[in-house]
Amino acid sequence: MNSIITAQDLCLWYGQSQALKNINIQIPERSITALIGPSGCGKSTFLKTLNRMNDLINGVRITGTVEYNGTDIFSQDVNQLRKEVGMVFQKPNPFPMSIYDNVAYGPRTHGIRNKAQLDEIVERSLRDAAIWDEVKDRLKKNALGLSGGQQQRLCIARALAVQPKVLLMDEPTSALDPISTLKIEELATNLKETYTIVIVTHNMQQALRISDRTAFFLLGELVEYGDTEQIFSQPADKRTEDYVTGRFG
Amino acid sequence: MISRSRKLFLWTVRCLMGLAVAVTGGITLFIVFYVLAQGLPNITWELLSTSPSYLSDRIGILPDILNTVYIIIATLVIVLPLGVGAAVYLTEYATNRRIVSVIEYAAEALSGIPSIIYGLVGMLMFSNNIGTSLMAGALTLVIMNLPTIMRNTQESLKTVPQSYREGAFGLGAGKWRVIRTVVLPNCVDGIVTGCILSVGRILGESAALLFTAGFAHMANGFFEGLGSAGATLTVALYIYAKEQGEFEVAFAIASILMILAMLINLSATLVTKKFQRRKK
Ligand SMILES: Nc1ncnc2c1ncn2[C@@H]1O[C@H](COP(=O)(O)OP(=O)(O)O)[C@@H](O)[C@H]1O
Ligand SMILES: [Mg+2]
Repeated sequence: MNSIITAQDLCLWYGQSQALKNINIQIPERSITALIGPSGCGKSTFLKTLNRMNDLINGVRITGTVEYNGTDIFSQDVNQLRKEVGMVFQKPNPFPMSIYDNVAYGPRTHGIRNKAQLDEIVERSLRDAAIWDEVKDRLKKNALGLSGGQQQRLCIARALAVQPKVLLMDEPTSALDPISTLKIEELATNLKETYTIVIVTHNMQQALRISDRTAFFLLGELVEYGDTEQIFSQPADKRTEDYVTGRFG
Repeated sequence: MISRSRKLFLWTVRCLMGLAVAVTGGITLFIVFYVLAQGLPNITWELLSTSPSYLSDRIGILPDILNTVYIIIATLVIVLPLGVGAAVYLTEYATNRRIVSVIEYAAEALSGIPSIIYGLVGMLMFSNNIGTSLMAGALTLVIMNLPTIMRNTQESLKTVPQSYREGAFGLGAGKWRVIRTVVLPNCVDGIVTGCILSVGRILGESAALLFTAGFAHMANGFFEGLGSAGATLTVALYIYAKEQGEFEVAFAIASILMILAMLINLSATLVTKKFQRRKK
């Protein structure tokens, strides 16, 4: 499989403290990669580096390279990068506007004004995010009226609407109930036909259920990276073994 | 058991507090009713709809009403973009925290300056250049109200959740688009509150306008009015009471101003409540 994202010797500092240490990773296209590891080990930081959401934080310094589709992400237009590498956040964050306007926000941002075209994109995105049937009669209603699980699927739809190639998800189910969680997992599994998904999760079962590859982070280092089955059944590193068997973290 | 002297003490404290409430409430109510009783009977359609005329010995406050409306519109039209723009810049763009806090501090200090000083400065800066006029008055009011609009907008900007901004940036929106479509619509409440407070302040302003906008009672169109000297209702109240001894007219204007002030307070409260409910 082709790798769509490649990081080499990636280091990141918040001010004086180093949060990522020499990360080397190749993320294959049309697959699900899970990032696991104890709290504070740099999973979110790494994820946010991939679409440069770290740019919004003062005092961040980065060395090393990250390539998306063979081009350096730091030398390309950041808005174009984020259009291709979308993000779903830990806490559902729909905008306080209608369901329709939420999904249409991205396409409008990138210049689509045609009503029929927007209608089509909104419907397709909501269908792809498996929430169309629940909201099709209330597209003009405020998105904040949806349940947490629906809001998160709406946020996925919103991200899909700009037709990204990669979807970054930072613990997208940690604020959700088990049924909503299951729906999102199912959704992720279907989406990997078309998209590349990188998902941070605290939930080992979740990583095992949905991911093809797993990366184990510890104290800012990428300890081990490989096929999910191998990481969970015969990890090469003792620390990985301790973590996935629940001996710490 | 509470001792007898302690009981007496508590009773006295309660009485004193009750008295304080009664005095405060009583004085307020007295002023309201006194002004309304003196003023309301003198509000006639003729008073509201005509200009004063020495020939027919008639007093009308239509010009003063128009002047008030004109000066409010002119002030808001200028102060809104300035104040909101400054707030957006300071909160969303400025990176030097020290400069930001100096400006915030200056704005805070500016709002504590007695308005007569603004009048003096406004006279030198504006009236002496473009002539004593409603426009000179409006420009002076702009300086006076800039901190109000700026601070209210800033406070409101700070309450917009960071997650909205992240969501929009994450979709590839540029900074200005994020501000225009996600941030600003969520701080309309602060902007509206700032405007309402400013209108209240403009309605009540006399000192600064005596210096800059003059005393004329001529009914003009909007642009002509801005270019000419003119009294607002509050200034007219002063002139009629102090210079001409027309207390009936003065009280009529006072009643109108008081009712407007109450409506403004009420609408400020309602706006705050309405938006609070929406934000939850
Ligand atoms: N905005 C920030 N400023 C300073 N330090 C941060 C910031 N965000 C995260 N960190 C630090 O970086 C480290 C990694 O954090 P994070 O990437 O959020 O970990 P994880 O997502 O694995 O829990 C932690 O030590 C955290 O305290
Ligand atoms: Mg995290």
